[in-house]
Amino acid sequence: MIKIENLTKKFGSHISLDNVSCEFKKNESIALMGANGAGKTTLIRSILGYYHADAGSVSINGLDPIKQRVEVLKEISFVPQLPPPIKLNIEELIQYICISADVEKDKIIHYANEMKLDVALNMKKSFFKLSGGMKQKLLIAISLAKKSDIIIYDEPTANLDPKARDDFYRLLKQNEDEKVLLFVTHRLEEVQDLVNRQIYMDLGKVVSDEKF
Amino acid sequence: MKNLYLIAYLDLKESIRAKWFVVYSLVFGGLIALFFIAGVTESQVMGFSGLSRLLLMYIQITIVILPIFILITTVRSISGDRDNHILEYMLSFPISLKQYYWGKIIGRFITVYLPVLFAMVIAIIYGAFKGADIPWSIFFLYTGLLFAMSSAFLGIAFFISSFVKSSEVALGIAFFIWIFLLAFIDIALISLMMQNRFNEELIIFIAMINPMEIFRVAAISLFDPELTVMGPVAFYILDSMSQGVFVLLSIAYPLSIGLLFAFLGYKIFEKKDLV
Repeated sequence: MIKIENLTKKFGSHISLDNVSCEFKKNESIALMGANGAGKTTLIRSILGYYHADAGSVSINGLDPIKQRVEVLKEISFVPQLPPPIKLNIEELIQYICISADVEKDKIIHYANEMKLDVALNMKKSFFKLSGGMKQKLLIAISLAKKSDIIIYDEPTANLDPKARDDFYRLLKQNEDEKVLLFVTHRLEEVQDLVNRQIYMDLGKVVSDEKF
Repeated sequence: MKNLYLIAYLDLKESIRAKWFVVYSLVFGGLIALFFIAGVTESQVMGFSGLSRLLLMYIQITIVILPIFILITTVRSISGDRDNHILEYMLSFPISLKQYYWGKIIGRFITVYLPVLFAMVIAIIYGAFKGADIPWSIFFLYTGLLFAMSSAFLGIAFFISSFVKSSEVALGIAFFIWIFLLAFIDIALISLMMQNRFNEELIIFIAMINPMEIFRVAAISLFDPELTVMGPVAFYILDSMSQGVFVLLSIAYPLSIGLLFAFLGYKIFEKKDLV
């Protein structure tokens, strides 16, 4: 599904990804780990087609995420580490997602309810005015409602309380079949039950890659 | 196309709720109200009276404040979204960069143009209510000039926004461009003219490629087709083209500048790293 070949990305003189090669296949749940600045976020952003590589390539189901971004992004759900301060209200944000990504509004509301977030009550509220946990719950609900083949979570549980984390992992368990799940995490113990592969990065390189 | 309209619609809704939009609308609406309260329509200066006088004053003030309002409110649209990671999330959905960029431009254009236009419409309606003669030709010329002027500065703002990484730098560049076009070119060109270093035609040409300058002259030209208030400079302009052609140029030229800069901005947006 995701094929990364000899990928190098530099920012000025700093090498963020140094000749990285790896492949993620269907039914793999991967924990992507490493210290700050190891290149995890750069790798994710390259998969999402945000960065132009200095060398190497990324392909998603054989497609280039920059040149064929619309087709590629139909297959990807993404939740960032920190929810951005989007000024749209919830209703507008959901409208944006439903129209652009062909997601059903009822599904978002369903998953939000599963995450114990009452969307109906907050429809007219600006997204950035929600609490950190509420924002994260909504973004998770959207990612699950999108029914993508690839789900990328960058520290998704950072703002969640223990109960919400349990809900999140329960929903993921129900939705992981036939997908690639990619977690950026510093807490392996939290996702240990979910993942079957563990990649450790350091200084822009993959230093260990274990499947179990 | 549905995504283009979606982005434009959502940007419009978001902007209308923003505090800057309230201030922006109040400034232009307030100007018109102030003119009526001050009795501008009752006064006569240089032969202009009634609504014509009011629109002349409105346009003179608009020349100064519209560009800076457009620049400072728009220049952060993409750089700001990049800065605070909104772009990272919003572009993780299957929307093409073309739809996102041009949708933002359309939404923002409506936001900045409508209050300026509405202020003039209110003036016309109120004037008609008071029984004043409606200067339709001036109204339509100004509608066109403001449209072109808004396009020019919106294009420039999006161009800056596409390559600047931080919104503070974007604001700094926007302010510099405004002050440069508004004052510095005038001062520099007057000093060059006084020193007789270059011939006058070249200096007037440099002045006329400034969209703010061409806006000023076109605004005057409908009241004063011979441009007598401008002195000998009028000779150079009206000797090269008729007044009608000049008015058309004064709308087409800033519009083209806006489109060109917006297009260049899009090319940069497309070629650069998105976040």
